[in-house]
Amino acid sequence: MAFVTPTSTAESYDVIVVGSGAAGGQAAYTLTMDGAKVLMIEAGRNYDPRSETPMFQTPDMAPLRGAATPEKPFGFFDATVDGGWAVQGEPYTNASSEAGRQFKWWRARMLGGRTNHWARHALRNGPYDFKPRSRDGLGFDWPISYEDVAPYYDKVEMLIGVYGTNDGYENTPDSPEGCLLPPPKARVGELLARQRGRTLGIPVIPIRRAVLTRPLDHKTIPAKLHPGNARAQRIIAEDMQNRAACFWATSCGRGCSIRANYQSTTVHLPPALATGNLDILTQAMVREVTVGETGKATGVSYIDKATGAEHRAKARVVVLAASACETVRVMLNSKSNRFPGGLGNSSGLVGKYIMDTVGATWGGQIPLLENLPSHNEDGAGGLHVYSPWWLYKEQLAGKLGFARGYHVEFGSGKGMPGGYAPFVPDTGGRTSFGLRMKEEARRYYGSHISFSGRGEMIPNEDSFCEIDPKVVDKWGIPVLRFNWKWSQHEVRQVAHMQKTFADWIEAMGGKNLKRPDPDGTKAIASGGMVIHEVGGTIMGANPANSVTNSWAQTWDVKNVFVADGGVFASNADKNPTLTIMALAWRTADRVLDEMRKGNV
Amino acid sequence: MDRRLAIKWMLAAGAGALLSDPLSLSVASDTPTETPTWPPTGYGADPNLVKPYKAGDYWPLTFTEAQRREAAALCDVIIPAEGAVPSASAVGVADFIDEWVSAPYPTSTADRKVITEGLDWVKAESVKRFGTGFAESTDAQRLALCNDLSQDAPVDAGLLAASKFFKRFRNLTATGFFTTLVGMKDLGYVGNVPLARFDGPPADLVAKLGLTDEVKW
Repeated sequence: MAFVTPTSTAESYDVIVVGSGAAGGQAAYTLTMDGAKVLMIEAGRNYDPRSETPMFQTPDMAPLRGAATPEKPFGFFDATVDGGWAVQGEPYTNASSEAGRQFKWWRARMLGGRTNHWARHALRNGPYDFKPRSRDGLGFDWPISYEDVAPYYDKVEMLIGVYGTNDGYENTPDSPEGCLLPPPKARVGELLARQRGRTLGIPVIPIRRAVLTRPLDHKTIPAKLHPGNARAQRIIAEDMQNRAACFWATSCGRGCSIRANYQSTTVHLPPALATGNLDILTQAMVREVTVGETGKATGVSYIDKATGAEHRAKARVVVLAASACETVRVMLNSKSNRFPGGLGNSSGLVGKYIMDTVGATWGGQIPLLENLPSHNEDGAGGLHVYSPWWLYKEQLAGKLGFARGYHVEFGSGKGMPGGYAPFVPDTGGRTSFGLRMKEEARRYYGSHISFSGRGEMIPNEDSFCEIDPKVVDKWGIPVLRFNWKWSQHEVRQVAHMQKTFADWIEAMGGKNLKRPDPDGTKAIASGGMVIHEVGGTIMGANPANSVTNSWAQTWDVKNVFVADGGVFASNADKNPTLTIMALAWRTADRVLDEMRKGNV
Repeated sequence: MDRRLAIKWMLAAGAGALLSDPLSLSVASDTPTETPTWPPTGYGADPNLVKPYKAGDYWPLTFTEAQRREAAALCDVIIPAEGAVPSASAVGVADFIDEWVSAPYPTSTADRKVITEGLDWVKAESVKRFGTGFAESTDAQRLALCNDLSQDAPVDAGLLAASKFFKRFRNLTATGFFTTLVGMKDLGYVGNVPLARFDGPPADLVAKLGLTDEVKW
């Protein structure tokens, strides 16, 4: 078994997994390691990180020095294939034309999906994050708690490799011994932010990222991941030895040909393929989940992008892992006599409560960091430190005016120049040039700090997606229409971010590039811009107010599961990917269990 | 400086490697991008990322021979040779600017008009002032004209459009130069090499900045 075509798929599978990113990769890994026969269906093309990753390419080798363009919105060397906030031939729409009510939907059309370029930030949700309504009366509680997910966080961290430390901060869980890899040393700017953050009461600690700072322990981890399964242990032990540790060069957004960071294509899929239990079908766009007379799913129908022809694939179980909104689209397009409003939608909630992460950025220039002697600051190809949310108590006491927190990510250092930039600030009403400009460029290079606030959005009734009644994509499949609205909680949170960051820059002796605006609506990024969209098929304890049960199994069709971020009932400030993987593992365990019991 | 430019200044002038790619999804995810228009007319959404490109590989170049000559001369007033470090035109920056203004993306389309008209204006102005084109004029003459253009609010209001052109051309020259191997080295970038270990900043530098107590891991 391996890569298949529409004519070489098997007659039937145990499980069809729709999507190949964090959710699909983890689900397929867990299922195949335990012996299930799986067909993974990916809408994009096959992708080989070993041969396609531009590891040491410099900007002068790229068109436009690697600058971002509409066709490569994160720059030329970004790993994304056929993706961005727009995908050719695959439109989506927004119900409102109003500014502030737009949702921008990032997609990637490639094996491994967005995991190939993601930030590798791998933060755990904390106990509060699963029970937010119990804490402050807003949004929804999940039907599961931190304790239900914790063992899966442990396993995912050990499998993919995550660096970080245990610092004991509130709602920022520690990991058990043996889960984490050592963090990289902080850069100069990060040390300065740490020192001056203390004067504002803001902690700065190592962030957690899915990058190997040393090889994985292939001798002890496999038995912890797959107790009692010698074959799975052997396969993953062998695969771990084929992953190199980071060599401290090239940014992770390009992907990693030495497999030092996590992407589905370098971590989940190779061992899953090695089991012999996984078939992968690429360039196949799933249209709908097909349903039989008994009301159970029979498989999916999909478009072969090479020919435009529609095909069917059959399985006992369908796991939707297409990304939160794409999964909504498949479910709403799966209309039948039995399910006229779409599959799994008896609650009417499929597509409801879409959430993104609240985002705002800020920057300053720090004279103390000017003209520093150069040293290599590439590091682990991304962040080394961050600030977890630090005002839980003040917030709960109602002192902040907004209900949920944010964490802070920093940018600093003498990174590789790239893309369009003036390089000098041009003060005094003139455009600097000549040797003076060169000297200024050297002086200012590396003297900047940027802050990005990443905050929790509370689900609301005005942020949802639905099928557009008029628009179809190039395959004839109806597309999504988005509705979006931030609440005052998010807007005020952004105003707080800006004020905090401006104070922080000043505490570092720096100059703010602008003044904070007390009106957060001007600084808040559009919905979807942080690319953390979750919700739409939220899990719950009651079929009337949720789409899936606590196992991510749809209430209406027991052999259809949702493994992606769609099931999130809240969207903590923590980046969602690690939680997606932990839940996908847990869901796959449930699928295996239900199959063993003959329930599906 | 507007916010967009301020962020871009920071991006390439410091935190670039961290934030110009999605690994932090931070500044990067808020970086303004144009609304895409389809069908794509540039390098597409799936270009080969590992093969090296040169100007003209993806779209035909724009400059006339005269514009190219003026562009190279202007590049070299903005970034002249400095000791053993070559000038901007010597490391292909004029070619980069030609590639930039020729690209089929909205930013480039806007720049094409500004830059080509600006180069034509520079030539005409040089002829008017010095009796020769900019490239053929003396160092002192070139410097005098650039000094006039470098004022954001020129005394002669008739130079306002030309001063905006000059700033944009300077930005493109700096971008083109500091993203070459020569320019990166001149700027002080020392990464992009595999290391067995990452030791963080040198201890003496950390001590000089009073940050020794912050080193905890």
